[in-house]
Formats: sequence, C-alpha cells, structure tokens
Amino acid sequence: LVISEIMAEDEVSEKVEGFVAYLKQKNFHSSYDVAKRTVLLMREVASKTKWSNAREMIERMKVEGKKMIAAQSSESAVANMVKRVLKVVREEHARCVGDSEDMDSLHGLLKGGASEDLDKPVSNLKGIVIEAINELLDELDGSASNIASQALDHIHSSEVIMTTGYSKTVEAFLKAAARKRKFEVIVTESAPSYQGQQLARNLGVEGIQTTLITDSAVFAIMSRVNKVIIGTHTVMADGGLKALNGAHALALAARHHSVPVLVCAAMFKLSPSYLCSYDQDTFNKIVAPHDVMSFSEGDMVSRVHVQNPVFDYVPPDLITLFISNIGGSAPSYVYRLLSELYHDADREF
Amino acid sequence: SSGTTCGAMSSPKKDESSVHKTRTGTGERTSSAARKGERLPSSTSRASAEGEGEGKKKPLTKAERRALQEAQRKAKAERQSSSAGGKPLGKQPSLDAGSRKALHSSSKQSSDGGVGGGGGRRDGRTITPTMLEADPLQKTAKGTKAKSQPVESHVKQVQLFSHLPQFERSTAPKRSLGLSSSIHPAIVRVGLQYSMGVVRGSNARCIAMLSAFKKVIQDYVMPPQKELCRDLETTIKPYINYLTQCRPLSVSMGNAIKHLKLSITRVDPGTLEQEAKDKLLGVIEQYVNEKIILADKAIAESCLGIIRDGDVILIHAHSSLLLSSLVHAHEKGIKFRVIVVDSRPMMEGRASLRVLVRKGIRCSYVLINAVSYIMKEVSKVMVGAHSLLANGYVMSRVGTALIALVAKAYNVPFLVCCETYKFCDKVQTDAFVINELGDPNDLVETGRRQGNILHDWKNMPSLGILNLVYDVTSPDLIAMVITEVGNIPCTSVPVVLRISQEVQQNYP
Repeated sequence: LVISEIMAEDEVSEKVEGFVAYLKQKNFHSSYDVAKRTVLLMREVASKTKWSNAREMIERMKVEGKKMIAAQSSESAVANMVKRVLKVVREEHARCVGDSEDMDSLHGLLKGGASEDLDKPVSNLKGIVIEAINELLDELDGSASNIASQALDHIHSSEVIMTTGYSKTVEAFLKAAARKRKFEVIVTESAPSYQGQQLARNLGVEGIQTTLITDSAVFAIMSRVNKVIIGTHTVMADGGLKALNGAHALALAARHHSVPVLVCAAMFKLSPSYLCSYDQDTFNKIVAPHDVMSFSEGDMVSRVHVQNPVFDYVPPDLITLFISNIGGSAPSYVYRLLSELYHDADREF
Repeated sequence: SSGTTCGAMSSPKKDESSVHKTRTGTGERTSSAARKGERLPSSTSRASAEGEGEGKKKPLTKAERRALQEAQRKAKAERQSSSAGGKPLGKQPSLDAGSRKALHSSSKQSSDGGVGGGGGRRDGRTITPTMLEADPLQKTAKGTKAKSQPVESHVKQVQLFSHLPQFERSTAPKRSLGLSSSIHPAIVRVGLQYSMGVVRGSNARCIAMLSAFKKVIQDYVMPPQKELCRDLETTIKPYINYLTQCRPLSVSMGNAIKHLKLSITRVDPGTLEQEAKDKLLGVIEQYVNEKIILADKAIAESCLGIIRDGDVILIHAHSSLLLSSLVHAHEKGIKFRVIVVDSRPMMEGRASLRVLVRKGIRCSYVLINAVSYIMKEVSKVMVGAHSLLANGYVMSRVGTALIALVAKAYNVPFLVCCETYKFCDKVQTDAFVINELGDPNDLVETGRRQGNILHDWKNMPSLGILNLVYDVTSPDLIAMVITEVGNIPCTSVPVVLRISQEVQQNYP
C-alpha cells in the first residue's frame, strides 16, 4: 500500500538524518560504534525503502551513503561499511542470478565479467540481502574478541610491550594475554589527549605490570622493548596507517631498534582510499589548539601559530604485521583483502 | 592553605633578619630569603633556628630529641611490620603529637614548596624520611654523607631504572640540612633552587653554582696551621655532596668543579690568604667569562653563517645558548621563522616561546607528538645539549633523540650547539646507564578540566610512572656540532677533549 510505503520512507529518512547529526556532533566514542550504526542503517534502507531490483537498491544505498559520508569525512568507518554493504548486495545478487560459485573464478573472468546484470529481478532478494547484512553485523561484533583470542600466539612470557594511545582492541588483546602470560607493558601518555593515561589505568587495575612514560621518552626506552603493539584509526589501501599522532615517531624508533610493530585492527577499519600526498587536507584533522596551549596564556596564543593534528600517517614499510579478525597478514597483503571486501565499482563515490 | 602558612612563616623570618643583620653572611641570607618570599621559608629559618650560621652543631632541646627518637622508633617498627611497598598515608598515623611539633615546619615547607609538582606531594611522604634518617646522621654529626642513603620504599620504583637514584628531591635538602648546618648558606640557597626547579639549564646551574662558590671563598677563613689548598678542598667537599643530593650534578657543573679544584691545588702554599682568595676568585670569573659568556658569543657568530633567509628552524624545549644565537641572528636581519617543539612534563618550550615572541620572531608551537606532522615544513633542526660524550653521543633533554630520528627520516639536517666546557669523558650508548629521574607526580598533573586520570596511581601496585630527564642521541643522526672552537662533527669530541686537557696540564 502506498501509505505504508511512504511511512517507511519517512522513517528511513528520519533515521538517516539522526545518524548524520550524530556524526556531525561527534557523539561517538569509537569507530566500532560508528561502523555498527552505519550497518544497521543500511539494513533499514534495504528493508524499508522501495526498490524493484538490485540496481535500484544499490542506487538508493549510494544516495543515503553519500549523505552519511559527507557528515564526517574523517570517519572512514562510515565509508567502509557502506561500501561493504554494497559489495554484499552485489555478491548476493550475483549468486542468485548465476551459478556464481565461480564468480571470482577464471571461468567467470574469461567470460568477460559483464554478467553484472543488476536489472534482473530476483525473488526474495530482500530477505537474502538482510541475512547477509546480519552476517556482517555478527562479524563486526565478534571482531574484538576474535583479535583478542589470537593474543597468545603473539605475546610470550616476560616480554616488554610498548603501546600508545587508547585502543579498545589493544586493551582486549593485552588483557586476554595477561590471563595466561606474565609480561610488562609500557604506555606512552599521548598528550594532549592523554588517552595513554586512561589505558595505563585500565591495565593497572587488571593487575598487569604497567609503566607510564612521556611521549618524549619513546626513543630512550625503545632499546628495552620487545614488541610494539598499537591500534589504529584506519588502515589505508597501501597498507599504511592513519593512527593517532605520535605513531609515526614510535614506528621509526621501533625500526631503528629492530623491534617488530604489530597493529591490531579489525577489518572494518580497512579503507579503500590511498594517501596521495602528505599535504592532503582531508587526511589529517586539526583540532582546537586549546589542549596544546590554553587560552589562559593569552598573550602568547595570539602571536603564535599553534597546531594540534590528530592523525599521523605511518608508511607500510614500518609495520611488521596486521592482526585482524581474519588472522594475521603482512602489509603487502592488504591490497588482496581489499578486493575481497570491496567492489571496484564502489571504490570512489 | 599555602598562603596562610607563608604568612605565619614571614613574621619569625623578619625577627631573625633583624637579629642576624650584624652577622656576616647570615644577614644577607635571611634578608634575601625574605625577599624571595615563599620560596625558601622554613628551611632557612629552620637552619637559622638550629644553627645560627656556620660551623655549629644543632642545639636540640632534650624534649625535642626525645620526641624525635620516639617517633623514629615507632616509625621503624611500623616499617618493619608493614609490607615493602609501603604507602605514605599508612605511615602518617604512626607519628604522635609530640613529634608532630618538631616536624611542623618541614610539613609546611612541603605544602607550600610545590613549584614543579603540584598535586601529588603529600606531607606523609616528606615527613617520614626526615625522621628515619635523623638519628644515624646525628651520630656522625658532621652532616657529610659519604655513602648514598637507602632508597625509601615510599617511592615506587620502576624496575628498569632501579639502578638510578630514585626521585627524592623534596626530602634530600631537608635531610642533610636537618642536622648539619656546616653548609654555607649560599650553597643552601643554590641547592634549594636546583631541587625546586627554579634554576634549570646547564649554563644557568653552572653559573649559579660558581657564584655560590665565589661567596664561599670570600667568606672562607683559613684556620691557622693549615694549608689553604688542602683545607679549602675539604671544606668544599660536603657542599658538593649537598648539591648532588639536591639534584644530580650536571656535566657542566662537574667540569667547573674539576677546574676549581685544580686551581685550588695549584695555589702556592706561600701566598697570603687574601691574595690566594683573590686569585681563586679571578680564576672562577675567568672560567665563566671564557667558557660560557664568550663561547656563547662565538657560537652566535657561527650561527650567523648557518641560518639563512627563509629558513624554518625547529627547536626543542629550552636552551639558553640556542635562544641567544637565534635572537642574535634575528637582530642581524636574517629572516627566518621558528617552530618550538615542547614536551611534558616540564614544558620548557613555553619559556623559549616567550623569549622569541618578545623579540618579534615568527613562531609556531606544537607538542612532540606532532613532530612527524610538522617536520615536512622544517629546513633545519637546532638543539642545545646537556653534554657531549666522548664517543660522540649527545646527551640532551629527553625527546631530542626522537626528534633527531624523525628529522633523519625526512632528510632534515640536525645541528647541535654546545660549548666545549660541556664535553666530558664518559661514554654511553643508551639512555639507561646514567640518567636522572624526575618526579613521577609531574606526569599525573594534566591540567584538564575533567581532572587527573591517575590521581590515585600510588594505590595501584601494578602501575608505575617514569619521568626521565635526559636521553642520548647517536652521532649518525647528527649532522654537525657548533662549538666555539669551530663546527665539528660529533666524532671529533674526544679530540677536542684531549687538546683541552693538554692545555690545562701545561697552563701554570
């Protein structure tokens, strides 16, 4: 009926507006929250909006997706999840239409790959897509515990591990290892956000032997460190990282002392975008300088240019291993993961 | 509360200053202490109450002595019964009312003496060690502590650095003062300035120490039947120990003391006392003039050839030498801008920033995490040094090695400015072997509105805080060292050392 359709559409638009406002006001605490909400919203779009075949669904999703991505372009988790869902839709459609167990196979490639006939109507596409999106949600929910379960493979006893910033993934990782192994953790305090202090506190409460150091002491302490384990905000398509600022210096110090750098990042953080140049304005986020030099030093603040960047780019050659919910992988393998998770047609929009 | 305690302290101070105006040395000390305001309230007044100036034993009344011993016996028993990781708050109840009066002044000192640290200092921490150490030191009664004190369990040690003397800055000066007042007041003042962080930076500390020694020499009275050169040396030794307790000596101070000791031994036994003293004063003045002031001028001139128009120079923390060179270059009309990189907890970069902004130099300011973000704009990095080691390594404020590494990654030249008197014979390859530990509570203070995250870190046995002061940069990260004898590579440091040693040998 027309009325129920209209109501459904309104509901979806409202939810999208709500999410856009949520993103703009930065009410989220971690990229996991953002990713989850994006997927849920995509599910709403799939179930409640009106479409007749896969192409229309994809177009509709793209429209909504663009709105969400534009709200907070530095949060790549939004873009990642939208593209994941689109890939899921295309996959499911292809599976229903053809005997697409060989979709990726040589046979399919030789056929020209143009069997992307998205206009073909498929029965019960909605149900299939929603089921696939639910699987995606399950993967999302389980990513932190999945990564944590690999902890014992990477941490042996009496190690000294260095970390920086506050990543929930890393926290779960270390706590899981601490149940069976005894090791020491050194945390840098990551001024001016002081996230490191929060992590040090959480680990100390758990009974893990923790030492807090200043960011400037990283090089000095590195000679006694066995491993560096960090989290990241995003994994770039070349295998590099967009991590909390200070991570590049940390990785350089680790390379200088030949200390392996492990990055714990779930798959939803993998982004298909590259870093074009170091001056890319969209790469870094500069926030208020208040934390660096407060306004109480008014006479200086007005005459001095104070900068407070949030992110740091870490090139892939400084990273030893990525630990994600699908297992460990080298940075050079990241491009292959990309082609599994995202479809070429959705890469740029 | 610190305001009221200061008010309470100021009245006895004024009385003492009127009493002591007639005495040489002490008068100027207490009046200058009164001028200084709350910086040196009870330690000087305590010393004057106890010691009446130089060379006398502390006249404790019988009641005070008994109270001291009782409280100390109790504290000892308490310490033996409690676990090794004793917490300061647990110790406080052990002190009874009688001993509290004796410690009242020391607790006031600790409450209003919080220049560098702020939140974390607690009375319990500062009271107990004074108590425990008072007795054994009273027995020796000379105030010289040849061996190091046992590390108190109230300071949580970080295993990696347990070989270094832990931070006990607020306790040390009172400890040694408490019983021996044979320390010259000028030295006491300088020692307190070091421990409170009022005087920082190797040049400043060296000059302050040498001025204090000048006063010591002026006030020195040679006892009959003794030789000036031997006796003066033995007089100076406890002062040096005291200063080391307040804050470990910097290399600049160490080299200056070596030079002074050498000149003292070179004094001809036949010379008159006044002549010898004048000669020594002249030696000190010449040292300061040549090695520090003129050297700084020479380095500033060298920098004129290095800083070019359009340069973007990155500096770290605070170096008096470097700032004077930059200001000199700016006054000569070279157009450049400066990026100041600062690091917690000392935040010395802000002082640098003030100096530069006042002179009209364009500046930017970042914290050390952002150094890899900002490095792409930088054309050269210039830093000062605490000392240059004989294997070419540079010992400087912690964070310098990190900046050098990032500069190397971005192919930015890294220059070090250092006077030759800071070169030393030591060799070191990492920052662990010899270093200084700062107050861990400085890291707890974050200045955020939401409060400090780690305000109760002492109650968590698994959590430790490490505050390193120095770190060591390897020569392959450094392009050039600018000294007053020329621009040299790091590896030439032992050559310069050897030549200057030869000069000293031959110099009469």
